[in-house]
Amino acid sequence: MMRIADRPFLVLAAGLALAALAGCERPPVEALQGGYRGTGMDEIINPRSDAKLSAKNVLPAAIPPAPTEGPLASAVYQNVQVLKDLNVAQFTRVMLAMTQWVAPPDQSCNYCHGANMASDDRYTKVVARRMIQMVRYINEDWKSHVGHTGVTCYTCHRGNAVPKNVWFIEPRRLANSGFAENNAGKNKPSVGDTSLPEDPFSYFLLRDASIRVQATSALPDGDRSSIKQTDNSYALMIHMSESLGVNCTYCHNSRSFGVWNSSTPMRSTAWYGIRMARALNNNYLVPLTATFPAHRLGIEGDVAKVNCATCHQGVFKPLYGESMAKDYPELTGEMHNAPPAPAAPPVGRLYFDADQSAKWAEGGESLDAVVAYLKDHADAKAGISGYNDPTGNRAHNLQLAKERAKAVRQALESDGISPERVKLEKPLDTTGSGDLKDARRVEVTVEQ
Amino acid sequence: MPEYQNIFTRVQVRAPVYVGVPLPRGAWGRQGSGFFSHLLGRFGDTQVGPIYLGTTGLLSLICGFIAFEIIGLNMLASVNWNFIQFIRQLPWLALEPPAPSNGLHFPRLQEGGWWLMAGFFLTSSVLLWWLRMYRRARALGMGTHVAWAFLAAIWLYLVLGIIRPVLMGSFGEAVPFGIFPHLDWVAAFSLRYGNLFYNPFHCLSIAFLYGSTLLFAMHAGVILACSRQGADRELEQIVDRGTGAERAALFWRWTMGFNATMESVHRWAWWFAVLCPLTGGIGILLTGTVVDNWYLWAVKHHVAPMYPHVFPPVIDPSTLPGALK
Repeated sequence: MMRIADRPFLVLAAGLALAALAGCERPPVEALQGGYRGTGMDEIINPRSDAKLSAKNVLPAAIPPAPTEGPLASAVYQNVQVLKDLNVAQFTRVMLAMTQWVAPPDQSCNYCHGANMASDDRYTKVVARRMIQMVRYINEDWKSHVGHTGVTCYTCHRGNAVPKNVWFIEPRRLANSGFAENNAGKNKPSVGDTSLPEDPFSYFLLRDASIRVQATSALPDGDRSSIKQTDNSYALMIHMSESLGVNCTYCHNSRSFGVWNSSTPMRSTAWYGIRMARALNNNYLVPLTATFPAHRLGIEGDVAKVNCATCHQGVFKPLYGESMAKDYPELTGEMHNAPPAPAAPPVGRLYFDADQSAKWAEGGESLDAVVAYLKDHADAKAGISGYNDPTGNRAHNLQLAKERAKAVRQALESDGISPERVKLEKPLDTTGSGDLKDARRVEVTVEQ
Repeated sequence: MPEYQNIFTRVQVRAPVYVGVPLPRGAWGRQGSGFFSHLLGRFGDTQVGPIYLGTTGLLSLICGFIAFEIIGLNMLASVNWNFIQFIRQLPWLALEPPAPSNGLHFPRLQEGGWWLMAGFFLTSSVLLWWLRMYRRARALGMGTHVAWAFLAAIWLYLVLGIIRPVLMGSFGEAVPFGIFPHLDWVAAFSLRYGNLFYNPFHCLSIAFLYGSTLLFAMHAGVILACSRQGADRELEQIVDRGTGAERAALFWRWTMGFNATMESVHRWAWWFAVLCPLTGGIGILLTGTVVDNWYLWAVKHHVAPMYPHVFPPVIDPSTLPGALK
């Protein structure tokens, strides 16, 4: 009979075998059959890690609903640009919820507001306002992805001022490699411990690079998608799998990833999810880049952006599909898209014949747009600058430019614009730019 | 009485070093005078060396070393020459082929030129080693079976690294040098070309791969089982069948009615092993050049079975009217 100590090789081999298994999850796990038998479309659930994850995904207690009567917050408070449809109680409820969901506990309201609650001097308030618009936009316009479950600030923030799972553009050339091979943007431990590209998000969640790399015909038919493009698509899919805690077969029949008719309905939801993340990044987060202080930006000076993990955080449906939004109708209510960018005030340009100041020639932009704008905006003012061409006597030209401006002021007044809203603005140099014909002009600008 | 244990040989023969048969005129001498290693003796023959290096061997080692250095130093540069990170991240690091936009041009060193150079030297090294194997076999008056088997593996390597990329018109189609990166490449390759499992040559390759292991297990098992009757002295038993080989043959005749001979079982094994990379190489060569999506090819030729739908029909959202981009 041999003692185990006499068999160092066996001990070594057993040790190596155990070490090789160290990365595995210990059984038992549950397998839930999804697809047709034999296709391996199972969801694997590890009850132990699931229990840990469940504990992290408990909804915070909802704040009691606010009464529906009362004056509108926008009528009581100053500088209310969003949530204008809420009464004071509802408005305060949202503010209170945000202090619990987002603001660091030691700062509470002060995280966004200074002594003057109406002031926009803290960037956090400007960001929060935009994020409220974003939440409503998601709940209203992206039912294709979030269904009627909806989202709240908490879906991403979970009590953190900045959501834990955000992404920045990966700098392509961190170090100047000199003679050696350039950084290929891959071959570092990245999504799901693979060596795939570290930043597939820039391609698909910022730009709309084509994610479909698989040929759609049996024989070559001009599809030039490369293996390296495939790496990007593959990396985003691994990210999705990691973010949702699901495997490939949650959405695909893995024998053909590209074919839709053997995919599960979840693939369609995910398809909208990619577009939603892209829309949020491009329409809500990237435009805030200048608002954020430098320490909130990435190495490339870019703003923190969303991907699948931002909301999902390891779960197939954020917070296991429990709707928080249903307790907060304030965040799902009336659609408040991004306020339309104020249309650029119109500019009037009127061209005069040589040595003429009484009447302008045909062909310039008429004054109609300027007049209409001034009538719509009671506090807008018009500035009029007259120009001459470079030929002729300088003193006469100065006079000519002034007369031209006066003629236009006269025209505005006869159109019903009061004289105090019209100002003559003498340019530093009245000699207009452009060719002779263009130089003899009057410019009308509108100032708020 | 010699005693054999599972893997480790407990009896080690010690005798004066045997330097081998006389060398033909004009050949290099053998390097070293040989020594005995107890540890290696546990796995195989206890005598180590002398070794024949020769011109091809020396050149092969030099070329291999250059390729190894190009790959290794580029990997080290990719972690800013940090040795600790080099060790920690080694499985992820790689030397990457040029971008697909480069086509078949020789790219700048930093953009895939190193990869091409590493490939050139590695290929030179492997081919020189093949030549050396061929010539050593001839010098010993042997057949050249080992060299041709090695060439089958070289064929697969060349298809992956150069023949197919040239046919596709892009070095970017080739495999990166790296541990995880080459594995991720394999997965991406199958994803791009619609599931390699539907490639019939891939099927053949797998059949020969598994077949090789099966044959190996059957042959090795039965020889070990009869080693106390001397079945492990295979060459003698081919010409003069003794109890050992006779018993091994009888075992298979009794269990499955048919048995290979002591010689033919090695032909079976050789062909299975050689056909594995040979068919595999054909399968890779056809991918992208002749067939672009193996799953759709299999559907077209009624190879892929159709399963009943268990989910409500799923439609590609991009084909719906008014679809998002």
